[in-house]
Amino acid sequence: MAYDKFNILKSSAVPLSIENVDTDQIIPARFLKATERVGFGDNLFRDWRYNPDNTPKPDFVLNNPTYSGKILVGGKNFGSGSSREHAAWAVYDYGFRAVVSSFFADIFKNNCLNIGVLPVQVSPEFLDKIFKAIAADPKTALEINLPAQTITLTSTGEQESFDISSYKKENMMNGFDDIDYLQNIKSEIQEFATHLPL
Amino acid sequence: MSKTLFDKVWDKHVVRKIEGGPDVLFIDRHLIHEVTSPVAFLGLKTRGIKVLYPERTFATADHNTPTINQHLPVADPLSANQLKALEANSKEYGISHWGLGHQKNGIVHVVGPEYGITQPGATIVCGDSHTSTHGAFGAIAFGIGTSEVEMVLSTQCIMQPKPKKMRITINGTLSRGVTPKDVALFIISKLTTSGATGYFVEYAGEVFEKMSMEGRMTVCNLSIEMGARGGMIAPDETTFNYIQGREFTPKGEAWDKAMEYWKTLKTDADAVFDKELVYNASEIEPMITYGTNPGMGIGISNQIPDAEQVEGGVETYEKSLNYMGFNEGDSMIGKPVDYVFVGSCTNGRIEDFRAFASVVKGRQKAENVTVWLVPGSHIVESQIKEEGILDILTEAGFTLRQPGCSACLAMNDDKIPAGKYAVSTSNRNFEGRQGPGSRTMLASPLVAAAAAVTGKVTDPRELMEELVG
Ligand code: SF4
Repeated sequence: MAYDKFNILKSSAVPLSIENVDTDQIIPARFLKATERVGFGDNLFRDWRYNPDNTPKPDFVLNNPTYSGKILVGGKNFGSGSSREHAAWAVYDYGFRAVVSSFFADIFKNNCLNIGVLPVQVSPEFLDKIFKAIAADPKTALEINLPAQTITLTSTGEQESFDISSYKKENMMNGFDDIDYLQNIKSEIQEFATHLPL
Repeated sequence: MSKTLFDKVWDKHVVRKIEGGPDVLFIDRHLIHEVTSPVAFLGLKTRGIKVLYPERTFATADHNTPTINQHLPVADPLSANQLKALEANSKEYGISHWGLGHQKNGIVHVVGPEYGITQPGATIVCGDSHTSTHGAFGAIAFGIGTSEVEMVLSTQCIMQPKPKKMRITINGTLSRGVTPKDVALFIISKLTTSGATGYFVEYAGEVFEKMSMEGRMTVCNLSIEMGARGGMIAPDETTFNYIQGREFTPKGEAWDKAMEYWKTLKTDADAVFDKELVYNASEIEPMITYGTNPGMGIGISNQIPDAEQVEGGVETYEKSLNYMGFNEGDSMIGKPVDYVFVGSCTNGRIEDFRAFASVVKGRQKAENVTVWLVPGSHIVESQIKEEGILDILTEAGFTLRQPGCSACLAMNDDKIPAGKYAVSTSNRNFEGRQGPGSRTMLASPLVAAAAAVTGKVTDPRELMEELVG
């Protein structure tokens, strides 16, 4: 599925300073029953966000109007657990275009890259600085520059660079996905398949 | 150049390497289920493309299915809708579909091996992270997202950077009462849930060599809980004996040819891993988790560690213990139990029910616990009956449910109520995993059995001793 191109994103950020945020928290299993990709943002962090009677929990960060923006900043080992792409869809559908953490779980990171959410991995020290900067000023902006592969705390100008494969970077900047690529080499794949042992 | 088992299988499946990018990896077998496939099929429809090799994909319904009265229509309209979509999509694209009520129906990672779809040297993917289970056969198997499901349907390939390689070696002999589940929970407790992120793990050493296929599947299944992409074990006689004669395994000459190839699937003596870990079997005792991720596990006779003793943030740790209603320094023995769940692709195989039955035999279900025993497939269900296990269970006051994922992820009606404690043989103790507000303690079928008959957390070795003595 095509997604919006990603170039430079400058936005305030929503801080979630919890470690090991797992995919069951990002989107609980009971919300995986759709057969279309719609409405997942409403259930992002459902059980942290709402009481069982569907009233919002005031102390959860997404319910706090002080914090907003297109960037979600999470603690170490963000997105561990299941392979459900629904978790990445929920993040995207809610309005986030990038997730920043000091460490991402593998499948979640892959899923994000496949659907147009940029995972930005920073050092634990830089992550700490981001959390502190947001605590000091919730409106403080982060600038994520994909072409330059940098993330900047605009309040202080502090900057770090992040990794992304040149292939994925190109995809994100153009809104392409892997299926486009694979479709184009289909005959090569079919040829390859004839030589396999299984 | 010397290669690891992982290298051998991976390299054989690389269609193309992309400069500064991932490898294009050919996928031999693709398993799908009702939850992570519908949007992938929608994608195919939107793009107007077909399934390239329908014979390489197999569909089973498991995540959402009821585990009682499976002959009745599914009550939840959303679940029913997903099941219908799987059936319709499979039909439209010519994919084998083992839906609810089908004799081959069961949990995707249980039925794959049972029918011989899982084979050594294969690449296997499924939109479920516990696809790592199939690595027990010397296959490269891992979970994928829905976009990748669409890639495999349309081109039989996905694009993946090659992971790093880790070997975990355990030599020695496991003590009495220590099962493959305990081995896995032990490793995760050492590594944490992110300790193997970025790696593909090979398990080696006497402990795994002596392990049954069921046990190897339990261990490989839990590889994802240490963050690994997957885990694998070199195929040997145990593997070949298990797969021979199953429906989808090669026969006659094709079998001999396959065997010739499969026997080459082991790590070369001088191959190098990016990381090596070595433990001894004697370090491991029956395990149980006390927190809200699978890395928060301890030997059952131990106390819950203090925040300072564990890696990671104190705040996160306290949040976790709070959720569980436990305190630092608490002993796990004697903790209350309201529910016991035996099942899932981790511990829903015949060996698990044999183990459970060995402890409950001649005892009675504790009155304060609700017990859900859910076989992983119809084959497991029949084995339970044929081996006389059902009689033992019935006499002890237990009933058997029908196959499915059930309370492993609680998408169907099998939900642990808020605040209640469950000892579960499944794979995740995340907040709300088994139902909103549920509190899960992960353990082996033996620990589950001990809890089921005593109504609290109990060291199964005590009950085993009684039986022997
Ligand atoms: S039993 Fe649990 S982990 Fe296994 S396939 Fe089903 S939901 Fe996934």
